[in-house]
Amino acid sequence: MKPPAFEYVAVASTEEAVAELAGHGDEARILAGGQSLMPILNMRLAAPGRLVDLNPVSALSYIVERAGGVAIGAMTRQRMAERSELIAAQVPLLAEALPWVGHAAIRNRGTIGGSLAHADPAAELPGVAVCLDARFTVLGGGGERTLGAREFFRGYLATALAPTELLTEVWFPDAPPGSGAAWIEFARRHGDYALVGVAAVVTLKGPTVREARLALIGVDGVPVRAVEAERLLIGAPLSAESMAAAAESVRRTLEPHDDIHATAAYRRHLASVLTVRALARAGERACRP
Amino acid sequence: MSPTPALVSVRLRVNGREYTAEVPPRLLLSDFLRYRLGLTGTHVGCEHGVCGARTIQLDGAPVRSCLMLAVQADRAALTTVEGLAPGPDRLHPVQEAFRLEHGLQCGFCTPGILMTVTAFLHEHPSPSEAEIRRELAGHLCRCTGYQNIVRAVRRASLLLAADPGRATAGAGRDPVSSP
Amino acid sequence: MIGARIPRNEDPRLLRGLGCFVDDVNPAGVLHAACLRSPHAHARLGSIEASRARALPGVQLVVTAADLGELNEPGPLLIPHPTLTHPRTQRPLALDEVRYVGETVAFVVADDRYVAEDAVDLIVVDYEPLPVVTDAERALSAGAPLVHGNVPANRAARFPQRVGDPDHAFRQAAHVLRERLVIERSCGSPIEGRGVVAEHDPRTGVLRVWTSTQAPLPIKNGLARMFGLPEFQVEVIAPDVGGGFGTKIMLFYPEEILVPWATMRLGRPVKWTEDRREHLIAANQERGQIHDVEAAVDGDGRILALRDHFIHDTGAYTPYGIVVPIITATQLPGPYRLRNYEVEFEVAYTNKVAVSPYRGAGRPHGAFVMERVIGLIAHQLGLEPAEVRRRNFIQPDEFPWDVGLTFQDGGPTRYDSGNYPAGLEMALEHAGFATFRARQAEARNQGRYLGVGMGCYVEGTGIGPYEGAHVRVEPSGRVFVATGLTTQGQGHGTTFAQIVAETLACEASAVTVVTGDTRKFNWGAGTYASRALVTSGNAIHAAAQQVRAKALRLASELLEVSPADLELVDGRVRVKGAPGKELTLGALATVANPIRYAYGKEAADAALRLVKPRAGAVLAEGEAPGLEAFGYYAPPHSTFASGCHVAIVEVDPVTGNVTLLRYVVQHDCGTMVNPTVVEGQIQGGVAQGIGGALYEKIVYDEAGQPLTSTYMDFLMPTAMEIPEIEIVHLETPSPLNPLGIKGVGEAGAIPGPAVLAEAIEDALRPLGVRIREMPLSPNRIRELIEQAQ
Repeated sequence: MKPPAFEYVAVASTEEAVAELAGHGDEARILAGGQSLMPILNMRLAAPGRLVDLNPVSALSYIVERAGGVAIGAMTRQRMAERSELIAAQVPLLAEALPWVGHAAIRNRGTIGGSLAHADPAAELPGVAVCLDARFTVLGGGGERTLGAREFFRGYLATALAPTELLTEVWFPDAPPGSGAAWIEFARRHGDYALVGVAAVVTLKGPTVREARLALIGVDGVPVRAVEAERLLIGAPLSAESMAAAAESVRRTLEPHDDIHATAAYRRHLASVLTVRALARAGERACRP
Repeated sequence: MSPTPALVSVRLRVNGREYTAEVPPRLLLSDFLRYRLGLTGTHVGCEHGVCGARTIQLDGAPVRSCLMLAVQADRAALTTVEGLAPGPDRLHPVQEAFRLEHGLQCGFCTPGILMTVTAFLHEHPSPSEAEIRRELAGHLCRCTGYQNIVRAVRRASLLLAADPGRATAGAGRDPVSSP
Repeated sequence: MIGARIPRNEDPRLLRGLGCFVDDVNPAGVLHAACLRSPHAHARLGSIEASRARALPGVQLVVTAADLGELNEPGPLLIPHPTLTHPRTQRPLALDEVRYVGETVAFVVADDRYVAEDAVDLIVVDYEPLPVVTDAERALSAGAPLVHGNVPANRAARFPQRVGDPDHAFRQAAHVLRERLVIERSCGSPIEGRGVVAEHDPRTGVLRVWTSTQAPLPIKNGLARMFGLPEFQVEVIAPDVGGGFGTKIMLFYPEEILVPWATMRLGRPVKWTEDRREHLIAANQERGQIHDVEAAVDGDGRILALRDHFIHDTGAYTPYGIVVPIITATQLPGPYRLRNYEVEFEVAYTNKVAVSPYRGAGRPHGAFVMERVIGLIAHQLGLEPAEVRRRNFIQPDEFPWDVGLTFQDGGPTRYDSGNYPAGLEMALEHAGFATFRARQAEARNQGRYLGVGMGCYVEGTGIGPYEGAHVRVEPSGRVFVATGLTTQGQGHGTTFAQIVAETLACEASAVTVVTGDTRKFNWGAGTYASRALVTSGNAIHAAAQQVRAKALRLASELLEVSPADLELVDGRVRVKGAPGKELTLGALATVANPIRYAYGKEAADAALRLVKPRAGAVLAEGEAPGLEAFGYYAPPHSTFASGCHVAIVEVDPVTGNVTLLRYVVQHDCGTMVNPTVVEGQIQGGVAQGIGGALYEKIVYDEAGQPLTSTYMDFLMPTAMEIPEIEIVHLETPSPLNPLGIKGVGEAGAIPGPAVLAEAIEDALRPLGVRIREMPLSPNRIRELIEQAQ
């Protein structure tokens, strides 16, 4: 399984990358960590005319505090993010999800931006981004723009990125005080794409849920924010009843697909089961001092 | 059909030795190592990053060489299985542990596992069985059922602890690495 | 040496990355091939337009059926059988019709594989899609599309067999129990796919082929015939092989014919290396069967009779005959007394890749059916499944036990030795079964579902026809051993060496074993059916014995004592009780070759002896020079290994997830040459058994499109899914061969699905779940739970 022929250019800066994309439009494809793109090329499921290799752009590799959150350069290796104390302290949901991304060798090359731009709806990072309303900075010929996670993910492997744009940074908000986060996924084998995964963040004020965030992967063409379930949780204590109601809302509103790994009915079932488990764990963590 | 893309120059170190070559952009790093450099120890398993057979070390970190282009290894320091043993008469402690614990049968998936394990033990010198199995989950083996591989990793951690000086190549960053 | 847990001779080389697998073989100037494979499961093949492919720079050759001419005959029917009335085999390149996705349509040879794949993409084929049938049961039914136009009802074979008087027994029975059991398709999927390299030297006329195969000798003979070459001009080598598992016992895969043809056509070496997608769609698969079984049982749970009708899915062709279903039919009775047995199978063609053996080769199916029947009886009568087993086992004093059917080797299915009741008790004891029911009840009170399952099996191993060996001691003292069959990780380089080392009293590390190279040994069949150690092992033993005898005889002449005063210790023959009066095997080897010329010290001593006055020839009539011998072993019939696995699982009824808490293997393979190697074989087999129970399934959609063509879809378990496997050994040596060996290669894989079916059912008994199929995913378990409520 060998890739089809393509032209190749390794760029040294984001400006160069943008120029390449502008010059070659649909034919050009960004090569980041390669852990998603290379299998596609090896299987000849895509045949881009030109690969623009972003790996030499060290300026896109960073993890810094900014504006009440953590800004991560798109070319930051997943492994670096996994080891980041800053992320562990300030974006615990991301820290918890990262070890579930493939295996160590995948994370040594795979990038935060690459996984997000690839937009597999069964992948962990898009789920975290949608849960936390991460903000995406995108650079194109016309300059820079930012968009929210839910705007960014448009469909199965489809994002709001125009062919002449690249993702340069993702910003995740800090976990609010009094919040607890949990990532739970169910996969056939460790390291596989999740059949269903749930990201939950619960912020408590006293016993009452002040804010709830619930996102699911593996259940649709994009990660899904369970907004109705979130509304049901807010303003009341987190209890078995409220979690069950949230889970029932999730089950009712989802429209997953059938495939050889799971039926739609099973995904719906798993989604509701994992929702309860994730909320419970997030709630426990929120209670800890 | 578009014209054949131009060849790209690469310069890299593999197992401490420097190489330069002109390669087509689409040449996979794994094929470059196997066919251009004759380092056939790293084997073809699946070419989509699941089985781990093609795992090598890039600047000390395990990576899937089937998911990298040779051109991307420019100025990198790579270690393959051929670079593990300190000499023709001695095995690296991890290799020795696999030998002692029957950690291989056909030997096809083994080189990739060795590259993951040597890096892993460098970072986690005393892993638990659960940690070992989690690390190995990125490698498919059809022969062993993994049990003796797990034993071999544990034995390797003991061998390395007893004599850290025996671990030479393949156990961390190559001092000549470049960004 | 025999019985010793020594590390393997082959490991340092493999660990250094110095293995030589077929893709590592790179003759100078080697070209690379790729195949154009049918994207349709069934279609008429029209024109093939390859001009753009041929014109692509770097392309050396594009071959279609029209170019192959007479060579494009359907492949040989490897194992014919009288009931296989409608055999069909595949041509190297499809002509007129394609019958499964992945069937070879064209073959491209280019400077490298990248260009070859580019060229494949440029070939335009005119296909006229035809109706597709993928379900074996449907294939046999009226009105189903025909895979082969001249095979009515897609039925390749129908084979009824009967032992005793089942009808009478069914009339007498206190209970008649029925079940339909389904096993889905799977495949061996070794981590090294297939591959072939060929070169032809016009100066010597030699065609040399490296192929990742389990049987180079029949390939050599076949290629010689196909290409009109004398056998001595064809060399076939199985180099290091990265796992076989039966997938590589299929012979004359199209590529094994196309690559040699191309090399002779081009005058340059040619290589084809299979990629993973090709492997998962075009390498032979196995495991798909549907059984309808009935058991006649008395009031105590004893099986009076069994009737089984099953449908075997053979895919689009039958190159390997009907060996797999024959094995299912004959091995189904397992370790149980079954005097009245009726089994009939029908073999159905479907539009999928062909079926040939995969580790277990029909035994896993048989074990699944029989063990599910045991479970059914237990459930019906309110007995422990272990107790039903006890009441039905063949007893240790009942050997030899004749099942009454002909086994796959043409011999009787006759169990020679074993102790099934003891085996079960060993396994149960080791698994802590005595306290399990109490723990299970307590767990249930806490809302946890634990279950225990057992699977007992017998395994016919060590079948013929024969194997041979060449053993030669060198002047250096090193021993060279060659045998015709092959190695795919079983450690023959060590176990065969141990047999020699025991006989010649030398170190196993001083013995070099070469397997699977027709240049080094010309006779034998191959590595399959758990036979290598039994057949080659005994052949090697026989040859080594002859070498030993010659060494003692020569030494007695040279040392001028009677052979009875000699002993062979530490690689030297010495006079008992007379230290210093000894000769090394190496020295004896030198003396045994009176070639006149001295080329070193020992040779000088030997040469000196030659110039002493002497009467008569240096070689006696009928005597051969050197310290070497050839040995052969042809087993009278199969020798039967056996075992019992016990697994304890926990099932999460909410997600359907199964966790394996313990997995215990009791097994009996007779004499163990290297217990560590034996355990490794079992551990690997168990992993495939677990894989086959919980993860691995080949899926085709209704249009015959394969849906599991990558490792992301065909799921093989990793180190996180396979638990520690605890093994207890029982050794009842085989009475059929001098070493007492029974095979063990497939043992681990045989009862996995049976064991886990029982364990999962046991765990979910409160929910009324019955397990009648394999494999099971959490999704499916959840469905079964929902259906049972």
